[in-house]
Amino acid sequence: MKDKQFWMVIGGLSLAFLIYWFLGHPMFNADRIVMFLAIIVIGATLLYNIRMAERGEEFYLRPIPGLKAVEEAVGRSTEMGKPVLYVPGIMDMDQVETVAGVIVLGHVSKMTARYETSLNVPVSRSIVMKAAREACRESYMLEGRPDMFHEDMVHYLTDDQFAYAAGVNGIMVREKPAACLYMGKFYAESLILAETGNSIGAIQIAGTASQAQIPFFVTACDYTLIGEEFFAASAYLSQKPELIGGVRGQDMIKAGVITVIILATLFRFLYETWGIGFDVVKLLTVQ
Amino acid sequence: MSSTAILGAWIAVFLTLGIFSYLYKDNPFYKTAEHLFVGVSAGYWTSIFFWTQIQPNLFGRLWPSSEFSADTIWYKIYNGLSFFSSSVFPEGGIDKGHDMHLIYLLPFALGVMMLLSLIPKINWFARWGIAYTVGMAAGLRAYGYLNSNVIGQIKGTAASFTDPNLPFFSLTSPSIFNSIVILVGTITGLLYFYFSKEHKGVLGKVSKVGIYFLMISFGASFGFAVMGRISLLIGRFVDLIKYSGSEYLNATVWVLVIMIIILGYDAFKGSGKGTPVSEDAV
Repeated sequence: MKDKQFWMVIGGLSLAFLIYWFLGHPMFNADRIVMFLAIIVIGATLLYNIRMAERGEEFYLRPIPGLKAVEEAVGRSTEMGKPVLYVPGIMDMDQVETVAGVIVLGHVSKMTARYETSLNVPVSRSIVMKAAREACRESYMLEGRPDMFHEDMVHYLTDDQFAYAAGVNGIMVREKPAACLYMGKFYAESLILAETGNSIGAIQIAGTASQAQIPFFVTACDYTLIGEEFFAASAYLSQKPELIGGVRGQDMIKAGVITVIILATLFRFLYETWGIGFDVVKLLTVQ
Repeated sequence: MSSTAILGAWIAVFLTLGIFSYLYKDNPFYKTAEHLFVGVSAGYWTSIFFWTQIQPNLFGRLWPSSEFSADTIWYKIYNGLSFFSSSVFPEGGIDKGHDMHLIYLLPFALGVMMLLSLIPKINWFARWGIAYTVGMAAGLRAYGYLNSNVIGQIKGTAASFTDPNLPFFSLTSPSIFNSIVILVGTITGLLYFYFSKEHKGVLGKVSKVGIYFLMISFGASFGFAVMGRISLLIGRFVDLIKYSGSEYLNATVWVLVIMIIILGYDAFKGSGKGTPVSEDAV
């Protein structure tokens, strides 16, 4: 969208909202005004930074060792003539971590196509299987190696958590992949997978936002992408301006959240000590 | 003790010990247990999903028995389907306590589109189902996450420091010290995930405090999870001990001895091709 069109749309929406507001804003739930403002501010910040990135402004992103290691891991597999094992977690596509995992798979499969390394992606959900296949197919096409893509590289095992873990363990022990990547949402199977990968001597990189599983990956993997690092992985790997702009926008939102936390603490202190007429806790309570 | 219970105990013992045998190395017992587990669970979940979701919640809302009328075209289609499978489409409509909701034709169509991926020429239809799932989840969860993970976090972090009822220090209940820890931990943790500035100088030091907070919380989480796993292990051992009794024909003892003899013979002959799990393959 060009600048003129963009500002026309934004101006039109703002004008429509102002008219609605001055008409008495019927059906507007004032108890949730904080959510409304948060959505507007967060959306606008993301949009602004994405547009800035698309217009050519360069943003610095600090290096994340785990992401640098992804290409290294695929390269190692190529040198050793062994496959890369990619586990996109055990949950469905309605989980943001699984979506992020499938996006990262797209980048990893580009590397495996480039280096002519075999890729093995066992999945535990049918929709994830379809999405992962599409991601791999597209990557192999983009790299000009559609001949190397075969549907069985992404294959379904089972929906059951521990049966899936047992199946993946079996694949690891028999195929002995040189690199194991765990990117998605994990539960109790995380340590089983990571320990087995460790025992076969594979280079292991994990990425998840499952807070309870990060410790297991940290102990058993060579590199772990913690929470936000995992979600930023796609921008790092693709270097696409719109994604980098998104990461920059999220950083600005984090800075904003820190500011709001400090201000909220200060206002609460003032409210409880000197009784100023503004209760920040009430404002932040979404009905 | 019934013969079925004894047989069940022997199978449970075999499968448990088969999985445990992986601690030695990949072997036929582990492979048997693994393949059985994967295959049975895949079939089991397919059946469970069909009979707990698709049949009652989808078909049950499209052709409910409460609105059954054999004269309408809609139920004539149903009767046609019933001809193929009367267990899925029982006579007189599906009685699962639902009313008719034709809006469920949309998920039905998306499900059919997913199945069309079996036909190469039109397998692109499956993308609609994926797009719906991802888009719906993103929209549905955005509000929830914003409420709980952003607004809720801000509210929780902006804790009280002046409440006279709060003690300065307490390990198990809210205290001023805990409020300070939460405030500092949240801010420094957030700064660790700040990507667009190099972590040098003040930011570097503050983000280092943030990673210390993260690692302490991971350590606590690790210990908690390990305790849970040990209780699971104890549960399996309790079963194995129970099944070693004479009422189960000493299932645990016999299966264990037979497995050890076979694996020992295999190791003695040197014919085992499996790699010990602890061996580094590099």
